[in-house]
Amino acid sequence: MTDDDIIIADEEALRKAIAENDVNVDREVRRLSRRGFIVAGAAAVAAYGGWKFLRLASREGDVPWPLRRGLETNEKLSETYFRTARLSRTFPASAITNARINGGVGLQPNFDPANWRLRVEGIAGQPPATLTLSDVKSFPRRDMTTELRCIEGWSIVVHWTGTRLADLMAKFSPPSGTRYVAMESPGRGYYVGLDMLSCLHPQTLLAYELNGAPLTWQHGAPLRLAMPVKYGYKQIKRIETIRYTDVRPADFWGDRGYDWYAGH
Amino acid sequence: MKTLEKKHPLAIRWFHWINFPILAVMVWSGLLIYWANPVYRIGVGKHTLLKMTVAEKTYEKANLAFRLAEGLTLHFFFMWFFAINGILYVLYTIFSGEWRDLVPDRRSWKEAILVALHDLHLRKEAPPQRKYNAAQRISYTAIVIMGLGSLLSGLAIYKPVQFGWLTFLFGGYQMARFFHFWITVGYVVFFVVHIAQVIKTGWNNFRAMVMGYEVQRYD
Repeated sequence: MTDDDIIIADEEALRKAIAENDVNVDREVRRLSRRGFIVAGAAAVAAYGGWKFLRLASREGDVPWPLRRGLETNEKLSETYFRTARLSRTFPASAITNARINGGVGLQPNFDPANWRLRVEGIAGQPPATLTLSDVKSFPRRDMTTELRCIEGWSIVVHWTGTRLADLMAKFSPPSGTRYVAMESPGRGYYVGLDMLSCLHPQTLLAYELNGAPLTWQHGAPLRLAMPVKYGYKQIKRIETIRYTDVRPADFWGDRGYDWYAGH
Repeated sequence: MKTLEKKHPLAIRWFHWINFPILAVMVWSGLLIYWANPVYRIGVGKHTLLKMTVAEKTYEKANLAFRLAEGLTLHFFFMWFFAINGILYVLYTIFSGEWRDLVPDRRSWKEAILVALHDLHLRKEAPPQRKYNAAQRISYTAIVIMGLGSLLSGLAIYKPVQFGWLTFLFGGYQMARFFHFWITVGYVVFFVVHIAQVIKTGWNNFRAMVMGYEVQRYD
C-alpha cells in the first residue's frame, strides 16, 4: 500500500461519512418541517375558525356579540380611567372653522320652536320638570371653543355657548347613584344614551348658541348637546327629553353597529 | 456537508405568525374606517402626486364602502391582541438577548447601503452578517418603533381628552390621525419588500421561520 492509497481510502471514508451525515440531516429536516407545518396548518385552521365564528356570531345592536363584549370591555376600562377634571383642549377664536352640517336625523321640518319645552324626567322624589329656553338660559352661561370630532375621522373647532348639564342636574337632581342619562329629540326621532360621569363633565353643555349665533335648525335649535368627551353622534340635536335612569338607555347609533360609549 | 442550525426561537416564530393575521385585520379594518373620510395625499403644496383614495364606485365594487361601524368594532377588538403580542415580543427579545441580533449597531448604517447595493445587483459581495444583515436589523427595529407609533397615535385618537397630553405631543388630534395613517402605509410598504426578499432568499430561509432550523452547507 502506498501513501496515495491511504489518502484515497481516507477520502472515501470521509465522503461516505459526509453522505451519511447528509442523509441524517435530510431526515431530520423532514421530521422538523413536517412537525412545523402541521402545527402551522392547525394554527391557521384554528385562526380561520375563530374568524368565521366572530363574523357569524349572533348580533347585538348590529354587532357580532363577541365584538359587542369587546366594546363593553373597552367601555369599562375607559370609565375606570375617566376623570371629569381632564378637559378637552380649548382653542383661540382664530382656530374656529366652519361649522359643518352633518346628521339631520330627528330634525323634522314641521317643528315649532315656540312650543318647544325641555322635559326632565326621573328627578329624585319629584315629578318631571318642564323648562322653557329662558329657564335653561337662566343657569350660568358658559362659553368654550373646542374640537368636535366626528366618528368618520374629521374634526372641526367650534365655539359653543350654553348651560352646563351638571348645573341643570344640580337643580333637578337624579336619585343618588343613578347610572345613565337618556336624551331624546321630539318623537324620539333621535336618541342617545349617556353615562353619568360624562354628563357631569364641566365641558358638557346644553348649548343654545354656536359660533356666537343662536343655533340654526340644522345644528339642532333650540337646544342641543355639546360634549367634547364624546364623538359627534352622541351630541344630540333638538333635545326634548332628558331622563335619568338605571336601565342602560338605547342609543341611535349604538343600535346600528356603533360603540354605545363612544367616549373620548 | 450539510448541517442543521437553529435560527429562530419558537417564541419569535409564534410572535411573528400571530402578528401577521392580526396586523392584516388591523390594516383592513383601518381601511374600512378611512373610507369614511379619505383625506390624505402625496404631494407638495398644491401639487398632488397621488390621492390616497379611489372613486366611490371602486370602494363599492370592492365592498369596502359603508362599513365604518364594522371597521371600528374590529379595530377596537383586535387592537388589544396587536398590542399584547407586540409588547410580549419586545419583552422576549430583551430578556432572551435576541435584541443583540436585531438592533442596529454602529456599522449597520453603512453596511445597510452595501446590502442594498448587493440586493440590487450593483455590488458582488454582501457584507458579512450574523443572523440578520444590517438592512434587516434596521428594518426589523424600525417596524417595532412603528408598532409603538401606531399604539400611541391610536390611543391619541381613541381617547383625545383622557390622554390629551399624548394627543398634544402628536401635535393635535388631526396630526395624530395623520401619523396613524402614514405608519400604516409604512406597514404595507414593509410587507411588499419583506415578501419580495423572502421569495428571493428562498425556501430554506422561509422554512426556518416555520420550523426554526436552517440547513447550512459547508464544502
